[in-house]
Amino acid sequence: MGKDLREILSFYKGDRSNLIPILQDIQANFGYLPENAILEISKFTKIPESEIYGVATFYAQFRFTPIGKKHIMVCEGTACHVKGADQIMEGIERYLDIKEGETTPDLECSLESVACLGCCALAPCAMVNEKVESNLTLKDIKKLFSKNSK
Amino acid sequence: MNFSEMIQQAKEEYNSLYQNEELVILIGSATCGNSAGASIVSSTIQEELEKHNINYKIVEVGCIGLCYAEPIVTIIKPGSPAIFYGNITPDMAVELVDSYIINNDPLLDYALGTFEDGGIDKIPHIFDIPVLKPQVRMILRNCGFIDPKNILHYIANEGYSGFVNALGMKPQQVIQTIKKSGLRGRGGAGFPTWQKWQFCLDSAEKTKYIICNADEGDPGAFMNRSLLESDPHSALEGLLIAAYATGAKAGYIYCRAEYPLALERLKHAIMQMREFRLLGDNILDSGFSFDIEIKEGAGAFVCGEETALIASIEGRRGMPRTRPPFPSTSGLFGKPTVINNVETLASVSLIMQKSPHEFAEYGTRQSKGTKTFSLVGKVKKTGLIEVPLGTTLREVIYDIGGGIQNDGDFKAVQIGGPSGGCLPESFIDTPIDYDSLNLAGAIMGSGGLVVMDQNTCMVDVARYFLEFTQKESCGKCVPCRLGTKQMLDILVDITEGKGKPNDINLLVELAEAIKLASLCGLGQTAPNPVLTTIRFFKDEYGAHIQERMCPSLLCRELISYIVLPDKCQSCMLCLKSCPVDAIIGGKKQIHVIDQTKCIKCGTCFEVCSEKFAAVEKVSKTKGKNEKLDDEKIDK
Ligand SMILES: Cc1cc2nc3c(=O)[nH]c(=O)nc-3n(C[C@H](O)[C@H](O)[C@H](O)COP(=O)(O)O)c2cc1C
Ligand code: FES
Repeated sequence: MGKDLREILSFYKGDRSNLIPILQDIQANFGYLPENAILEISKFTKIPESEIYGVATFYAQFRFTPIGKKHIMVCEGTACHVKGADQIMEGIERYLDIKEGETTPDLECSLESVACLGCCALAPCAMVNEKVESNLTLKDIKKLFSKNSK
Repeated sequence: MNFSEMIQQAKEEYNSLYQNEELVILIGSATCGNSAGASIVSSTIQEELEKHNINYKIVEVGCIGLCYAEPIVTIIKPGSPAIFYGNITPDMAVELVDSYIINNDPLLDYALGTFEDGGIDKIPHIFDIPVLKPQVRMILRNCGFIDPKNILHYIANEGYSGFVNALGMKPQQVIQTIKKSGLRGRGGAGFPTWQKWQFCLDSAEKTKYIICNADEGDPGAFMNRSLLESDPHSALEGLLIAAYATGAKAGYIYCRAEYPLALERLKHAIMQMREFRLLGDNILDSGFSFDIEIKEGAGAFVCGEETALIASIEGRRGMPRTRPPFPSTSGLFGKPTVINNVETLASVSLIMQKSPHEFAEYGTRQSKGTKTFSLVGKVKKTGLIEVPLGTTLREVIYDIGGGIQNDGDFKAVQIGGPSGGCLPESFIDTPIDYDSLNLAGAIMGSGGLVVMDQNTCMVDVARYFLEFTQKESCGKCVPCRLGTKQMLDILVDITEGKGKPNDINLLVELAEAIKLASLCGLGQTAPNPVLTTIRFFKDEYGAHIQERMCPSLLCRELISYIVLPDKCQSCMLCLKSCPVDAIIGGKKQIHVIDQTKCIKCGTCFEVCSEKFAAVEKVSKTKGKNEKLDDEKIDK
């Protein structure tokens, strides 16, 4: 955290194959891909901005708006689906009063879905800031937001 | 340090763990263990031991595959065999310290098994418990027993001896050895590994690449994650061997970003390889040089496909291209490239450490060796398992998995992920090998087994997979981009009670066209889950289309929740938890759900105490007239 754009770019040679790692690095630092960052990357790699957007929008990982302090990703994988992931997602949507893909206006929480977290044996799961929470029930939703409230 | 000195040092360090003078505690700390609360359990144990001034060593190990029993704690007291304990809560942890560690009572009720023959009375050997007994642990041999962050633990268990053996051979001999083993790719297609390597070795190009595919995109499958978290060097050694055999000087590991712990373990393992001169220039003074770079995936399922994966490493949109040319002739940056799955590479290490015969001893004529599977869904004992190819679905689900959760009825098992199929009860004795599964209409895939019971709606499962493939379709070819969308729309209609009589024929017709005309494996296999569910569960489609009901009580538009007046105890629990205040009633007043307000979230169903079971899900067949009305509107 806290690195500025120039510092991040200085780690790279600027080859085309650096593009995705650069985008990932920037998102890890800023939480999203700010517009000016794309411009700077374009200057640095000599790849047109339009192409950078082309690449960034292809991958589910990248976002173009700021994200909440608590980033929740509800698993929608097969194992979680058959164990009722939809209900969990909706439960969280109701609790936070936002829809999947949105961030609360106070920038506290963002809600996204993810294809699978690899914790399928303990489905249904969700990842909260890189920590996987498993065996979720509707009753756990409140706890999810108090336990991790740092 | 030469290799034999490394082994010496490694053995000393590893043996001190199991033949120790100090108390050693192993904590299962893979993603599954951590999510089940391993770290709280670990810190509770440490606090408790410190309170009693007991010296100890805590080792964070990987996952032995008994995910249903996480968090798992293994206690090795000096002079006693290791005892594995499952489902440990912080309270139980305190109890374990007081009863077993201090007072020598091993608390039989909490014990899963021991780890030495003739161990402790009344506790079975861990490999004799029902979940593990039918398994053959070759790939997973180290998982849960070694510290994945310590390369010496791997070396002490024959690690890197396979690579050293390879260095003593010519590349062609290594390929010959792999050929003898009969190893076929574990990433899904089952292509003979040696053949891929041979193409690459035969190429006259100077620059060649090798890629380890750790993208594991199949939802519901986690074999690669677990292996990388628990024994990362087994895949890395395989990568070294593959590089040596094909003449590649640079390698990549493409690992998905959704696996932060696996990535961390890989980074650490690669750093240790460098330290021990198992990576870089002139590895172990052999004259062979090789380096590995990790590439993090960015959340696209299609990037598991080899040509898309290559495009992604090159910094482009991850879109597949037509083959030929195959990557083995023109791959990464236009150079010959071998792409192998994590488990394929781990099998390579195993074959080179032991012998091709020991590997080929297991399996069937066409499918050699053992294979790992993630056994999940509505089965009692979920986890990561390893069995010889050719083991039947019944053995896996009932003997290993312990049968269906809550003693429900088996309905189907989904195998092969979004490209695979759902097999019904009548196929439960199918052996799991490449050819038998193809024959049954499913595929081996990477190894996800999702078990479904009477509460799983097969039409919903088909809709679920189509939604997934439709979302993940890269959009390059029309049949996949538009065809899957059409199929999805039809399936959504059916699950919402708006299906039309001809829908099934239309689905089959679309499916055949998409299979035939799509560019890559994603589109070519996307219709499989729909085709198999239509083939085996046509009556469920019929119920949705003709009777507008969901027999499994799952499809939301076709069910409602009601409170059974004779069972309701007027406890107010559901009434208070209802998020939309749809429940009317009061103390001493039977509750009623206002169907016009109900959003069918299922909260009341979940909160109503099992003792009362007063909330029920129902799906009623609509009357004939109503049905006709619907159809008129549709037209
Ligand atoms: C849509 C699609 C997704 C795939 N995803 C993966 C994957 O996640 N992991 C993998 O190892 N192979 C995946 N494959 C298969 C690879 O294309 C390739 O066959 C495999 O990595 C080769 O390795 P193997 O010979 O060791 O099996 C996928 C294929 C397709 C068509
Ligand atoms: S299906 Fe949810 S973690 Fe894999």
